[in-house]
Amino acid sequence: MIPIHWYLMLGTALFTVGVIGVLTRRNVIVILMSIELILNAVNVNLVAFSDYFRSVDGQVFVIFVITDAAAEAAIGLALIIALFRNKETVNADEIDLLKW
Amino acid sequence: MTLLQIAFFFLSALALASAILVITRRNAVHSVIWLIVTLFSVGGIFLLLHAEFLFAVQVILYVGGIMVLFLFVVMLVNLDVAVKQAQFSRQWQLALATAIILMAELAYGIYRGHQGFTLAQTSAVPPTIGNTQAVALALYQDYMLPVEIASVLLLVAMVGAVVMAKRKLE
Repeated sequence: MIPIHWYLMLGTALFTVGVIGVLTRRNVIVILMSIELILNAVNVNLVAFSDYFRSVDGQVFVIFVITDAAAEAAIGLALIIALFRNKETVNADEIDLLKW
Repeated sequence: MTLLQIAFFFLSALALASAILVITRRNAVHSVIWLIVTLFSVGGIFLLLHAEFLFAVQVILYVGGIMVLFLFVVMLVNLDVAVKQAQFSRQWQLALATAIILMAELAYGIYRGHQGFTLAQTSAVPPTIGNTQAVALALYQDYMLPVEIASVLLLVAMVGAVVMAKRKLE
């Protein structure tokens, strides 16, 4: 029997790694991948509580999260392609078109 | 230590190590490969939690769909320039410290509150229907409207991606 707070600790650690990736990397594609890591950390928590309460509602939520992740990845990668076509860069700190 | 706990520790260590490799690799293709390892380990965690359907969804949709999309885009944009440049932004020390403080707070909260997680252990009734059947019943009965909204969201995302990646709108 695995206590539920082990799963929550794993979710916390994965979430933190994702946050570090979002905050420190310059490459926009790696930032998008870090967002996928964060979503996976949330999924671990949801499935852990779903198993814990013997209810499938948490798993249904995970399906919606995965749907959102797919939509977000498609839109984000299309944005990166459009951006690369205009600016010739994938670095987040060089994308400052809206900066005064 | 039971076999389940050994499996949990193995999968967790694999997921965490590959997640750290995702955010530290210089080459974005390597990051994608390590992210695939992370997703497989998280899928294994789902299996430990009796969510077999989600394991299949994770492998087919995440690894087979989203990661292939990522690989396509990594191959499309020019990597040779980005690999030689600095990989971390200027504020990385501050960001790292803040994120680690955040993790410490969350872990401390979970550690202090984990005695509260003991209520449902008594109702350990084995499920009468399979996991896939249970998820399908919940999806198409209780969550029918959200499923429809999610399908519209996917349609919007598809149209948006096509419009944004198009070279020129006429």
